[in-house]
Amino acid sequence: MLFYLVEHMLQTHSSTFMHKDSSIFRSESSLLVRILFAAILFWCVEAVHALTADQVKGMAIGDTEARVQALAKAAAMPDEKTAAFIQALADDAVKTAGGQVLLVKDGKASDPVTGADVPLPADAEDVINNNLMRGELDKVLASLALFSKDEKRRRQAIKTLAGDNDESRLPLIEKAYAAETVPALKSQLEMLRAAIMLGSSDQSKRLQAAGLLATSGDPSTKTVLLERLKSETDAQVKAALQSSLRTVEATLARGDKIAAVFSGLSLGSILLLVALGLAITYGLMGVINMAHGELMMIGAYATYVVQGVFQKFLPGLFDWYLLAAVPVAFMAAALMGAALERGIIRFLYGRPLETLLATWGISLILQQLVRSIFGAQNVGVENPVWMSGGVQVLGNVSLPFNRLVIIGFAIAVLLGMAWLISRTRLGLFVRGVTQNRPIASCMGVNTARVDTYAFALGSGIAGLAGCALSQVGNVGPDLGQGYIVDSFMVVVLGGVGQLAGTVYAALGLGILNKFLEGWTGAVLAKIAVLVLIIIFIQKRPQGIFAMKGRSAEA
Amino acid sequence: MNHPRQLPNSLTPYQSVELPFRTPLLSRTGWSFFMLALIAVCAVAPLLNLWLPQDSPYHMSTYAVALLGKIMCYAICALAMDLIWGYTGILSLGHGLFFAIGGYAMGMYLMRQIGLDGNYKSTLPDFMVFLDWKVLPWHWTFSDSFIATLFLIVLVPALVAFVFGYFAFRSRIKGVYFSIITQALTFAAMLLFFRNETGFGGNNGFTDFKRILDLPIATPNMRMTLFVLTGLTLLGFFLFARWLVQSKFGRVLQAIRDAESRVMFSGYNPLGYKLTIWVISAVMCGVAGALYVPQVGIINPGEMSPANSIEIAIWAAVGGRATLIGPIVGAFLVNGAKSWLTVAYPEFWLYFLGTLFIAVTLFLPNGVVGLIKKWRGTK
Repeated sequence: MLFYLVEHMLQTHSSTFMHKDSSIFRSESSLLVRILFAAILFWCVEAVHALTADQVKGMAIGDTEARVQALAKAAAMPDEKTAAFIQALADDAVKTAGGQVLLVKDGKASDPVTGADVPLPADAEDVINNNLMRGELDKVLASLALFSKDEKRRRQAIKTLAGDNDESRLPLIEKAYAAETVPALKSQLEMLRAAIMLGSSDQSKRLQAAGLLATSGDPSTKTVLLERLKSETDAQVKAALQSSLRTVEATLARGDKIAAVFSGLSLGSILLLVALGLAITYGLMGVINMAHGELMMIGAYATYVVQGVFQKFLPGLFDWYLLAAVPVAFMAAALMGAALERGIIRFLYGRPLETLLATWGISLILQQLVRSIFGAQNVGVENPVWMSGGVQVLGNVSLPFNRLVIIGFAIAVLLGMAWLISRTRLGLFVRGVTQNRPIASCMGVNTARVDTYAFALGSGIAGLAGCALSQVGNVGPDLGQGYIVDSFMVVVLGGVGQLAGTVYAALGLGILNKFLEGWTGAVLAKIAVLVLIIIFIQKRPQGIFAMKGRSAEA
Repeated sequence: MNHPRQLPNSLTPYQSVELPFRTPLLSRTGWSFFMLALIAVCAVAPLLNLWLPQDSPYHMSTYAVALLGKIMCYAICALAMDLIWGYTGILSLGHGLFFAIGGYAMGMYLMRQIGLDGNYKSTLPDFMVFLDWKVLPWHWTFSDSFIATLFLIVLVPALVAFVFGYFAFRSRIKGVYFSIITQALTFAAMLLFFRNETGFGGNNGFTDFKRILDLPIATPNMRMTLFVLTGLTLLGFFLFARWLVQSKFGRVLQAIRDAESRVMFSGYNPLGYKLTIWVISAVMCGVAGALYVPQVGIINPGEMSPANSIEIAIWAAVGGRATLIGPIVGAFLVNGAKSWLTVAYPEFWLYFLGTLFIAVTLFLPNGVVGLIKKWRGTK
């Protein structure tokens, strides 16, 4: 369920982010308007006609439909003043007084046609834009923004225009298409153009458009095609539309599959991070650490604290706070782990059930401690700028950067740990002590200290997992609770004492979970996975990769 | 109060087990204490609560009745946990599931008893009207019959425990593996019950009960009846558990706990023994849940959270495992402390509980009862 929540939260998070983005776009737009006009002027030189008072009245006064028509006419070949006026309309900065239309800025009025200042009459009324008008204004502004020099704004504009197939915008879009230099945007514009051409009265144009649209991987293309298919009468075009539709649907299906695999990998990488720590403390040392989730929570809160420090003292370097947070999270959790091992867990070696209860107690105390210090509410941890956003792979698949970074991070931690365990002196000691404690002790290994180091290492990796989690999920006192069952499942499934098993189990569980989710919904998928694990354990109680041994007690 | 030679004092493996010989169920002092408890539950509590006037210093408040009734339900759970953990060495972290199943079975009956008095004046429970369901789902078929509900309270936990236990014990899952899997089981069940589609009221569960057996549920008399019933059940289960652990069956259980391999090499198949005690323990929890729901007036999936189940284990551990009186004492101590602390110092409750977990495992392996026995022994 927690994964479901995280996913959900992510979605809302990203959507609020999008929203923020567009509001920035709005507020900046008045500043950028000048740049925009220069561009428009440059591209529209041959056909510019000046804004007239009639046009202004047409756009500002009257019923909405007439205004929309006037707007479309004026926007087809706009000059600088027209663009400024449309912008002002969208910003609610236009008033009317007795048939006269006025631009109002900072309480001063000016004439939109001549630009001359005029006194603001007391009885001036706001121009009310209803939703239809507002949507139309947005579209017109977007089509103007197609000529912006800023690539981001152009992309945004194409997005706004997608799905709207008003033929009157075709000349502008064709112009923009001819001028566009960025290949990705150019192809998007081509799709936009094709979608509009689909409604053309010319049969050959429609055929051409249908063919073009087949290469699109965007979900909105499917709706466009379906809609046209309903009203299409020409048999030839109809066939072309149908074949395009099939191609688009295939592309979309492929995209869905890729998306499921990716989110499975993403979940798997998180599970892997969570389970890697357990692979040491439980897998190698045999300590059931129910407080593992709380060690993750400590890592996440350490990230939060580092973020706060950067906000306060190093705001210039804020984008890189995460680099500092990683070692801090590791150390905080590792120190806590070392303290726990020295203080409590070492007295319980060989008594797994008691260890389980004691570490559960520890987890309760740590949770309450965090609640006392940071409050019971979730705290906000922000993504650095370079981790927000994502890459668009296909029309309907975009891979968020934070998820990609976490996948990379999980791989790095895995490699680092594999190296540590198999290549370093400490790793040798850890393996020696876990395989045969008395002999390792005879060889002069300080087994008690190795235990502490190993436990601290496992805890530190839990801290790293917490640091990673803080970038994709909520950071709160309950952070660890939701992962503990899953992570134990990964270790149990993978087999005790095996890194490779942990990796396969984590990724396998992640992908299985996501595929089932697409099929049955998040909660049922989770239940199905738990039931499958319980059944699996029946067949192979030692996990996928069992350690070979002769012990009678499994 | 226990016969000194009856029970092993510690849980050390390979301790020699004395030959079984016929002993009375309880010692003489044991019986006197039992009788005292019986009188307290059946006579003293009703007298103090119902017959004494409100302003009398000896009046037992409604709050006290509700609290003690609740804790007695918990004590039944702790007793059940002791049978499976203290005597058989299998730590279940999923007993909250059986408790909740029993509670839900009772809750379904109580929901049907609301009849037309719900917010929507419908024969269907309110949440179903809210979800726009027209007919009762199949698993509510018998929910209007009290007799059927009584059967469900026993049979459903038994069935769930049997199926799960059979597969788990057959493939010899034991120790921590078993604990973790039982935890996953109750976690999965919690997720399932949280869903509206399963027909158990989703997040909110069942509440707003009005009647039981067509009698109003919130009256002092009904409260006291449920209280006495719970007390009698607890005492009855105590005697039953006592008989069980003294029987040959109980001795095999303890042998399994101390050295399962040896038991197998001696020609016993532990599967049947483990499965039987596991099912008995689950049914006890289910009954406790069924008694709990009408007294507290609500049941929701939160009862199945892993934290609740693990708390049952700490009641048993605090009181003392492998003594039957211990878990009951533990349930009263821990829950008494809980109801006091969560009101007086709410932020300290989790610190206290956490410390209790650590302290008991580190310093009190035999619990409070073990400690008292040790003091008696050294005197």
